[in-house]
Amino acid sequence: MAANHIGFIVAAYTAAVVIVAALIAWVMIDYRTLRRTLADLDRRGITRRPAPARPEPAREQA
Amino acid sequence: MALADLANPSRFLNLADRTIPWLGGLTVLAFAYGIDQAMLAPDDYQQGATVKIMFLHVPSAWLGMLGWGLMSVAALGTLVWRHPLADVAAKAAAPIGAAFTLLCLVTGSLWGRPEWGTYWVWDARLTSELVLLLLYLAVIALWRTVEDPSRAARAAAILTLVGAIDLPIIKFSVEWWNTLHQGASVFRLGGSTIYSTILVPLLVMAVAFTLLFFTLHLAAMRNEILRRRVRTLRLMQASAAS
Repeated sequence: MAANHIGFIVAAYTAAVVIVAALIAWVMIDYRTLRRTLADLDRRGITRRPAPARPEPAREQA
Repeated sequence: MALADLANPSRFLNLADRTIPWLGGLTVLAFAYGIDQAMLAPDDYQQGATVKIMFLHVPSAWLGMLGWGLMSVAALGTLVWRHPLADVAAKAAAPIGAAFTLLCLVTGSLWGRPEWGTYWVWDARLTSELVLLLLYLAVIALWRTVEDPSRAARAAAILTLVGAIDLPIIKFSVEWWNTLHQGASVFRLGGSTIYSTILVPLLVMAVAFTLLFFTLHLAAMRNEILRRRVRTLRLMQASAAS
Protein backbone atom coordinates (compact mmCIF):
# COMPACT_ATOMS: atom_id res chain seq x y z
CA MET A 1 0.00 0.00 0.00
CA ALA A 2 1.60 3.23 -1.08
CA ALA A 3 2.15 5.25 2.08
CA ASN A 4 1.19 8.53 0.40
CA HIS A 5 -2.27 7.11 -0.45
CA ILE A 6 -3.15 5.78 3.01
CA GLY A 7 -4.33 9.21 4.08
CA PHE A 8 -6.89 9.33 1.24
CA ILE A 9 -8.21 5.85 2.07
CA VAL A 10 -8.49 6.62 5.79
CA ALA A 11 -10.19 9.95 5.03
CA ALA A 12 -12.73 8.23 2.74
CA TYR A 13 -13.62 5.57 5.33
CA THR A 14 -13.79 8.23 8.07
CA ALA A 15 -16.18 10.30 5.93
CA ALA A 16 -18.34 7.20 5.39
CA VAL A 17 -18.46 6.45 9.13
CA VAL A 18 -19.31 10.08 9.98
CA ILE A 19 -22.09 10.37 7.35
CA VAL A 20 -23.64 6.95 8.16
CA ALA A 21 -23.42 7.60 11.92
CA ALA A 22 -25.08 11.00 11.45
CA LEU A 23 -27.91 9.38 9.47
CA ILE A 24 -28.47 6.67 12.11
CA ALA A 25 -28.34 9.24 14.95
CA TRP A 26 -30.80 11.52 13.12
CA VAL A 27 -33.33 8.70 12.65
CA MET A 28 -32.99 7.39 16.23
CA ILE A 29 -33.10 10.79 17.97
CA ASP A 30 -36.07 11.83 15.84
CA TYR A 31 -37.91 8.60 16.75
CA ARG A 32 -37.31 9.01 20.49
CA THR A 33 -38.34 12.68 20.43
CA LEU A 34 -41.57 11.87 18.55
CA ARG A 35 -42.43 8.95 20.86
CA ARG A 36 -41.84 11.17 23.91
CA THR A 37 -44.03 13.94 22.44
CA LEU A 38 -46.84 11.46 21.66
CA ALA A 39 -46.62 9.99 25.17
CA ASP A 40 -46.74 13.50 26.64
CA LEU A 41 -49.82 14.40 24.56
CA ASP A 42 -51.46 11.10 25.57
CA ARG A 43 -50.77 11.81 29.25
CA ARG A 44 -52.49 15.19 28.88
CA GLY A 45 -55.56 13.46 27.42
CA ILE A 46 -54.95 14.69 23.87
CA THR A 47 -55.54 11.56 21.86
CA ARG A 48 -57.33 10.46 18.71
CA ARG A 49 -59.19 7.79 20.66
CA PRO A 50 -62.53 8.91 22.07
CA ALA A 51 -62.40 9.51 25.80
CA PRO A 52 -63.79 6.55 27.78
CA ALA A 53 -67.41 7.12 28.80
CA ARG A 54 -67.71 8.13 32.43
CA PRO A 55 -70.19 6.17 34.53
CA GLU A 56 -73.21 8.30 35.25
CA PRO A 57 -73.57 9.28 38.92
CA ALA A 58 -76.27 7.35 40.71
CA ARG A 59 -79.44 9.41 41.02
CA GLU A 60 -80.79 9.85 44.45
CA GLN A 61 -84.29 8.61 44.94
CA ALA A 62 -86.71 11.28 45.93
CA MET B 1 -49.78 -8.30 2.58
CA ALA B 2 -50.92 -6.19 -0.39
CA LEU B 3 -49.68 -2.66 -1.06
CA ALA B 4 -53.20 -1.39 -0.40
CA ASP B 5 -53.09 -2.88 3.13
CA LEU B 6 -50.07 -0.71 3.90
CA ALA B 7 -52.17 2.38 3.19
CA ASN B 8 -53.30 2.05 6.79
CA PRO B 9 -50.59 3.91 8.79
CA SER B 10 -51.18 1.83 11.96
CA ARG B 11 -50.69 -1.39 10.01
CA PHE B 12 -47.55 0.08 8.41
CA LEU B 13 -46.19 1.07 11.84
CA ASN B 14 -46.73 -2.49 13.12
CA LEU B 15 -44.92 -3.90 10.10
CA ALA B 16 -42.05 -1.37 10.50
CA ASP B 17 -41.67 -2.15 14.21
CA ARG B 18 -41.34 -5.86 13.41
CA THR B 19 -39.09 -5.45 10.33
CA ILE B 20 -36.56 -2.78 11.37
CA PRO B 21 -34.66 -4.89 13.97
CA TRP B 22 -34.26 -7.77 11.47
CA LEU B 23 -33.16 -5.46 8.65
CA GLY B 24 -30.74 -3.72 11.05
CA GLY B 25 -29.24 -7.06 12.08
CA LEU B 26 -28.85 -8.16 8.45
CA THR B 27 -27.21 -4.81 7.65
CA VAL B 28 -24.62 -5.25 10.43
CA LEU B 29 -23.81 -8.79 9.25
CA ALA B 30 -23.52 -7.68 5.61
CA PHE B 31 -21.19 -4.81 6.57
CA ALA B 32 -19.04 -7.09 8.75
CA TYR B 33 -18.56 -9.48 5.83
CA GLY B 34 -18.22 -6.71 3.24
CA ILE B 35 -15.58 -4.73 5.17
CA ASP B 36 -13.66 -7.95 5.84
CA GLN B 37 -13.68 -8.78 2.11
CA ALA B 38 -12.82 -5.19 1.18
CA MET B 39 -9.80 -5.12 3.48
CA LEU B 40 -8.58 -8.49 2.17
CA ALA B 41 -9.02 -7.49 -1.50
CA PRO B 42 -5.74 -7.14 -3.42
CA ASP B 43 -4.53 -3.80 -4.79
CA ASP B 44 -5.59 -2.95 -8.32
CA TYR B 45 -2.84 -3.07 -10.97
CA GLN B 46 -3.54 0.55 -11.94
CA GLN B 47 -5.18 2.19 -8.91
CA GLY B 48 -3.13 0.41 -6.26
CA ALA B 49 -4.61 0.54 -2.76
CA THR B 50 -6.96 3.41 -3.60
CA VAL B 51 -9.29 0.80 -5.15
CA LYS B 52 -10.52 0.35 -1.53
CA ILE B 53 -12.22 3.75 -1.85
CA MET B 54 -14.31 2.26 -4.68
CA PHE B 55 -15.99 -0.09 -2.17
CA LEU B 56 -17.59 3.03 -0.66
CA HIS B 57 -17.83 5.27 -3.72
CA VAL B 58 -19.64 2.95 -6.14
CA PRO B 59 -22.41 1.73 -3.76
CA SER B 60 -23.07 5.27 -2.52
CA ALA B 61 -23.33 6.49 -6.14
CA TRP B 62 -25.86 3.75 -6.93
CA LEU B 63 -27.89 4.50 -3.79
CA GLY B 64 -27.92 8.24 -4.46
CA MET B 65 -29.59 7.43 -7.78
CA LEU B 66 -31.79 4.69 -6.30
CA GLY B 67 -33.07 7.20 -3.74
CA TRP B 68 -34.19 9.63 -6.44
CA GLY B 69 -35.67 6.76 -8.48
CA LEU B 70 -37.65 5.65 -5.44
CA MET B 71 -38.81 9.24 -4.87
CA SER B 72 -39.90 9.44 -8.53
CA VAL B 73 -42.08 6.33 -8.18
CA ALA B 74 -43.46 7.76 -4.92
CA ALA B 75 -44.13 11.07 -6.73
CA LEU B 76 -46.29 9.17 -9.23
CA GLY B 77 -47.97 7.51 -6.25
CA THR B 78 -48.77 10.97 -4.86
CA LEU B 79 -49.94 12.59 -8.10
CA VAL B 80 -51.57 9.68 -9.93
CA TRP B 81 -52.60 6.95 -7.48
CA ARG B 82 -52.86 9.21 -4.39
CA HIS B 83 -51.51 6.48 -2.15
CA PRO B 84 -51.51 7.82 1.44
CA LEU B 85 -47.97 6.64 2.15
CA ALA B 86 -46.43 7.74 -1.17
CA ASP B 87 -45.45 11.23 0.02
CA VAL B 88 -44.31 9.77 3.35
CA ALA B 89 -41.96 7.47 1.41
CA ALA B 90 -40.70 10.34 -0.75
CA LYS B 91 -40.09 12.72 2.15
CA ALA B 92 -38.29 10.02 4.17
CA ALA B 93 -36.02 9.05 1.24
CA ALA B 94 -34.76 12.58 0.48
CA PRO B 95 -32.24 13.10 3.34
CA ILE B 96 -30.98 9.52 3.01
CA GLY B 97 -30.47 9.86 -0.74
CA ALA B 98 -28.77 13.23 -0.19
CA ALA B 99 -26.38 11.70 2.36
CA PHE B 100 -25.38 8.90 -0.03
CA THR B 101 -24.89 11.38 -2.88
CA LEU B 102 -22.69 13.52 -0.61
CA LEU B 103 -20.71 10.41 0.36
CA CYS B 104 -20.29 9.57 -3.34
CA LEU B 105 -18.93 13.06 -4.08
CA VAL B 106 -16.59 13.11 -1.05
CA THR B 107 -15.15 9.64 -1.66
CA GLY B 108 -14.87 10.38 -5.39
CA SER B 109 -12.84 13.51 -4.64
CA LEU B 110 -10.60 11.61 -2.24
CA TRP B 111 -10.01 8.98 -4.93
CA GLY B 112 -9.54 11.59 -7.67
CA ARG B 113 -6.69 13.46 -5.95
CA PRO B 114 -4.17 10.57 -6.04
CA GLU B 115 -5.46 9.08 -9.33
CA TRP B 116 -6.29 12.13 -11.45
CA GLY B 117 -4.17 14.68 -9.60
CA THR B 118 -7.19 16.80 -8.65
CA TYR B 119 -10.09 16.70 -6.20
CA TRP B 120 -12.58 18.08 -8.69
CA VAL B 121 -13.11 18.71 -12.40
CA TRP B 122 -16.26 20.05 -14.10
CA ASP B 123 -16.62 16.72 -15.84
CA ALA B 124 -20.11 15.67 -17.05
CA ARG B 125 -20.42 12.77 -14.58
CA LEU B 126 -19.20 14.77 -11.58
CA THR B 127 -21.30 17.80 -12.45
CA SER B 128 -24.50 15.80 -12.99
CA GLU B 129 -23.89 14.06 -9.64
CA LEU B 130 -23.47 17.46 -7.96
CA VAL B 131 -26.74 18.55 -9.63
CA LEU B 132 -28.40 15.49 -8.02
CA LEU B 133 -27.19 16.63 -4.58
CA LEU B 134 -28.54 20.15 -5.22
CA LEU B 135 -31.87 18.65 -6.32
CA TYR B 136 -32.06 16.64 -3.10
CA LEU B 137 -31.38 19.81 -1.07
CA ALA B 138 -34.06 21.68 -3.06
CA VAL B 139 -36.68 18.99 -2.33
CA ILE B 140 -35.77 18.94 1.38
CA ALA B 141 -36.05 22.75 1.48
CA LEU B 142 -39.44 22.58 -0.28
CA TRP B 143 -40.78 20.08 2.26
CA ARG B 144 -39.64 22.35 5.08
CA THR B 145 -41.01 25.54 3.51
CA VAL B 146 -44.61 24.47 2.84
CA GLU B 147 -46.36 23.79 6.14
CA ASP B 148 -49.37 21.81 4.84
CA PRO B 149 -48.03 18.26 4.13
CA SER B 150 -50.44 17.56 1.25
CA ARG B 151 -49.54 20.81 -0.58
CA ALA B 152 -45.84 20.22 0.08
CA ALA B 153 -46.21 16.66 -1.23
CA ARG B 154 -47.65 17.81 -4.57
CA ALA B 155 -45.01 20.50 -5.06
CA ALA B 156 -42.19 18.10 -4.10
CA ALA B 157 -43.62 15.40 -6.40
CA ILE B 158 -43.52 17.75 -9.41
CA LEU B 159 -39.95 18.84 -8.60
CA THR B 160 -38.95 15.19 -8.16
CA LEU B 161 -40.36 14.15 -11.54
CA VAL B 162 -38.66 17.11 -13.26
CA GLY B 163 -35.40 16.27 -11.49
CA ALA B 164 -35.62 12.62 -12.58
CA ILE B 165 -34.22 13.73 -15.94
CA ASP B 166 -30.84 13.95 -14.17
CA LEU B 167 -30.76 10.15 -13.63
CA PRO B 168 -30.23 9.13 -17.29
CA ILE B 169 -27.84 12.09 -17.65
CA ILE B 170 -25.72 10.72 -14.78
CA LYS B 171 -25.86 7.18 -16.14
CA PHE B 172 -25.04 7.99 -19.76
CA SER B 173 -22.84 11.07 -19.23
CA VAL B 174 -19.72 8.94 -19.68
CA GLU B 175 -21.01 7.79 -23.08
CA TRP B 176 -22.54 11.04 -24.35
CA TRP B 177 -19.57 13.25 -23.52
CA ASN B 178 -15.82 12.83 -23.43
CA THR B 179 -15.29 12.64 -19.68
CA LEU B 180 -12.41 12.07 -17.30
CA HIS B 181 -14.63 9.67 -15.33
CA GLN B 182 -14.36 6.06 -16.48
CA GLY B 183 -17.22 4.32 -18.26
CA ALA B 184 -19.45 1.59 -16.85
CA SER B 185 -17.42 -1.37 -15.59
CA VAL B 186 -19.82 -3.42 -13.43
CA PHE B 187 -23.17 -3.57 -15.24
CA ARG B 188 -22.47 -3.45 -18.96
CA LEU B 189 -23.15 -5.43 -22.10
CA GLY B 190 -20.50 -8.12 -22.40
CA GLY B 191 -20.12 -8.48 -18.63
CA SER B 192 -18.12 -6.78 -15.92
CA THR B 193 -14.54 -5.73 -16.63
CA ILE B 194 -13.60 -6.04 -12.95
CA TYR B 195 -11.69 -9.10 -11.74
CA SER B 196 -13.60 -11.24 -9.21
CA THR B 197 -11.24 -10.53 -6.29
CA ILE B 198 -12.38 -6.90 -6.45
CA LEU B 199 -15.88 -7.39 -7.90
CA VAL B 200 -17.08 -9.70 -5.08
CA PRO B 201 -16.22 -7.30 -2.20
CA LEU B 202 -17.72 -4.46 -4.23
CA LEU B 203 -21.02 -6.31 -4.67
CA VAL B 204 -21.11 -7.41 -1.01
CA MET B 205 -20.58 -3.78 0.07
CA ALA B 206 -23.32 -2.73 -2.37
CA VAL B 207 -25.72 -5.22 -0.72
CA ALA B 208 -24.71 -3.94 2.76
CA PHE B 209 -25.25 -0.28 1.77
CA THR B 210 -28.59 -1.17 0.13
CA LEU B 211 -29.77 -2.93 3.31
CA LEU B 212 -28.68 0.14 5.30
CA PHE B 213 -30.61 2.38 2.91
CA PHE B 214 -33.84 0.41 3.29
CA THR B 215 -33.48 0.06 7.08
CA LEU B 216 -33.03 3.82 7.42
CA HIS B 217 -35.82 4.51 4.94
CA LEU B 218 -38.29 2.33 6.81
CA ALA B 219 -37.30 3.97 10.12
CA ALA B 220 -37.59 7.47 8.60
CA MET B 221 -41.04 6.60 7.18
CA ARG B 222 -42.13 5.46 10.65
CA ASN B 223 -40.87 8.79 12.06
CA GLU B 224 -42.77 10.75 9.41
CA ILE B 225 -46.05 8.96 10.25
CA LEU B 226 -45.51 9.70 13.96
CA ARG B 227 -44.69 13.37 13.11
CA ARG B 228 -48.02 13.66 11.28
CA ARG B 229 -49.82 12.15 14.28
CA VAL B 230 -48.20 14.76 16.53
CA ARG B 231 -49.26 17.50 14.10
CA THR B 232 -52.87 16.24 14.00
CA LEU B 233 -53.06 16.03 17.80
CA ARG B 234 -51.64 19.54 18.20
CA LEU B 235 -54.18 20.88 15.72
CA MET B 236 -56.95 19.09 17.68
CA GLN B 237 -55.57 20.60 20.89
CA ALA B 238 -55.47 24.10 19.36
CA SER B 239 -59.01 23.85 17.96
CA ALA B 240 -60.31 22.55 21.32
CA ALA B 241 -58.65 25.46 23.14
CA SER B 242 -60.10 28.13 20.82
